[in-house]
Amino acid sequence: MTIDEQRLDGNAAGGILGQIFAFEMTTAEVICAHCDAVGPIGAAVVYATAMGTIIRCAGCGEALIRVAHGPQRFWVDFSGTRLLQLRADQ
Amino acid sequence: MAKGFFSRGFIGRRRDPEQAGRLPPGQYLTDGFPVLSAGPTPYTPKDKWDFTVVGAVETPQRWTWDEFQTLPRVPITADIHCVTKWSKFDSKWSGFSLDAILGAAKPQAAYVLAFCDGGYVTNLPLADVTGNKAWIVDTYDGAPLPLEHGGPVRLLVPHPYFWKSAKWVRGLRIVEDDQPGFWESLGYHNYGDPWKEQRYQGD
Amino acid sequence: MERTALPGRLIWQLGRVVELIDETPRTKSLVLDVPGWLGHTAGQHVDVRLTAEDGYQTERSYSIASPPEARQVVLTVERLDDGEVSPYLTDGLQKGDQLELRGPIGGYFTWQVAAGGPLLLIAGGSGIVPLMAMIRHRAAHSSTVPTHLLYSSRDFDDIIYRQELAQLSAADPTLTITHTLTRAQPPSWTGYRRRIDRTMLAEVAWPPSERPLAFVCGPTALVETVAAALVDLGHDPLRVKTERFGASGGTV
Repeated sequence: MTIDEQRLDGNAAGGILGQIFAFEMTTAEVICAHCDAVGPIGAAVVYATAMGTIIRCAGCGEALIRVAHGPQRFWVDFSGTRLLQLRADQ
Repeated sequence: MAKGFFSRGFIGRRRDPEQAGRLPPGQYLTDGFPVLSAGPTPYTPKDKWDFTVVGAVETPQRWTWDEFQTLPRVPITADIHCVTKWSKFDSKWSGFSLDAILGAAKPQAAYVLAFCDGGYVTNLPLADVTGNKAWIVDTYDGAPLPLEHGGPVRLLVPHPYFWKSAKWVRGLRIVEDDQPGFWESLGYHNYGDPWKEQRYQGD
Repeated sequence: MERTALPGRLIWQLGRVVELIDETPRTKSLVLDVPGWLGHTAGQHVDVRLTAEDGYQTERSYSIASPPEARQVVLTVERLDDGEVSPYLTDGLQKGDQLELRGPIGGYFTWQVAAGGPLLLIAGGSGIVPLMAMIRHRAAHSSTVPTHLLYSSRDFDDIIYRQELAQLSAADPTLTITHTLTRAQPPSWTGYRRRIDRTMLAEVAWPPSERPLAFVCGPTALVETVAAALVDLGHDPLRVKTERFGASGGTV
C-alpha cells in the first residue's frame, strides 16, 4: 500500500474554515456536486498546504471545497458542493 | 494578530543567500524541496502513458513514453520560486524542450493549458513557454523524477512561480482564450512573475 | 450533541508558557495560560504559528492534551528530528515565552461523556494526545463508560503518559489499556510486540455488536491500517473516526 502522507482528515480543514465561518465546520454536512455523496466535512479528505486547503469527497475524490488565503483575503470555491448544511445549537 | 509579535529564538528552516539580489522579493532560500499537494499522487504506468499536444495546432501530436524519450534531451539548471515563499537555487533537471515539442505541432493560438493526471491544470501565454523558457522534465538531480515531485514528467517553466510547473503533466492544449487553471481560479495571480511579486489576483 | 456554534470566527491569540513537562525523551508538554480561551471539547486541536523576527511564518497543528475541565491549555509535542517547528517547541521555548495559537478546532473528532460508548481508542505514538484529553475528561467526570485504549509505541520509554495511564486504569475497572511495543521491549514484557494489525484488533477491540465509538489517531500508515481493519471486522464506518497526523503533522 502506498502511503499518501499528504492526505489528512477533515479536522485539518477546521482551522482555516473556522477563520472564515462562524459555525464549527467539521460537523457541517455537504452533498458532493459530483457524486451526490452526503457526509460531514470531518469525514472528507483534506490536502492542506501553504498553497491552500483542498477538501475532497471521500467517495469520488473530487474537490468539494477549495480555500486559498492571501493577505487580507480568502477565496472559497464551493462549486464542488451542491449543498452545505450547518446546524445551529438551539 | 498583535503587530510585531514574533516567537523568541525561532529561525526556521532557511539559510542566507550569499547573493541577495538573486532572491525575488519576499522569498526565503531553502535547501530542501517541499512537496505541496492538492490531491492524491496520481500514477500512470509507462505502457499506458502518453503525452499529447492538442487544440489550436496545425498538427496534433501524441508520443508514447518510448517515443518521447527519442526527443533531444537537454540539461537545465534553474532557480525556482514557490509562491509560498521558498526559493531554491540551481535546481538541476534534464528533459525535453517545449520548443521541440510545440514546434512539431505548430500552435495557431496564443495560450497554453497544461493538463495533468489528477486533474490539475495551469495556464500560460505561448510566448512564456517558447524561446528556451520551458521543458518537460523527467529527471531531477540526476535521478528519475520522484512521484511526489511530479514523476514521471512535469512541466518546468522556472520564470513564473513554481505552481505553473505542473506536476504529472500529460499534455498541452493550445487555446485562443486564456483560461485560469487550478490555482489561478482560486485567487492566485494569472501570470505570477516572482520579480513583480505577482502572487495573488490584483497584485 | 456536539457544540457547533462558535462565538464568532476563530482568531489568532497569544498563550503564555507557564510550565514545560518532559513526558518522554522525545516529547514535552507545554502548559499554556491563554487569557482569551473560551473552552474546548476533548479531541480538538489548535493551530500554532511561529513568526521569526524577519517576518517568516510557519504553522502546525497540535492536539490539545488537557481536558475541558482543566484551567490551562496543554499541548504535548513530539520532537521530529528533521522538524522545523517541533524542535523549537520542545527545546527552544522557555517559561514565560508567548505562543501564537488559533482554536479550538474541530467538532467531528471529539468525545464528551454524554456521547456514551463503549469507547475504543487506538493510538500510535503522539496520536495518544487527543485521546488522552478524552480519557482525562472521562476521569474528571468519574464516568464509567466502558473504555479500551490500544496504544502502540516504539519502546517502553516512548509511552507518553505511561504512569498516569497506569494509575487511571488501576483505579478504574471500566478503563482498560493494551500496549504494544513495536521496536524494543523490556526483558519482562509479556505484551504485544508488533504493529497493530487486524488480528490484534480482533483480539482486543469490542465486537461490532457492541457498536463502540472508535477514535483512531497517529501516523497515517497506522490510521489507515486500523480504520480499514475495523471496518473489515464489521464495525460501522460511521462510528470509526480518524485523525491522521500526516508527514509533518500539519499544514505548511
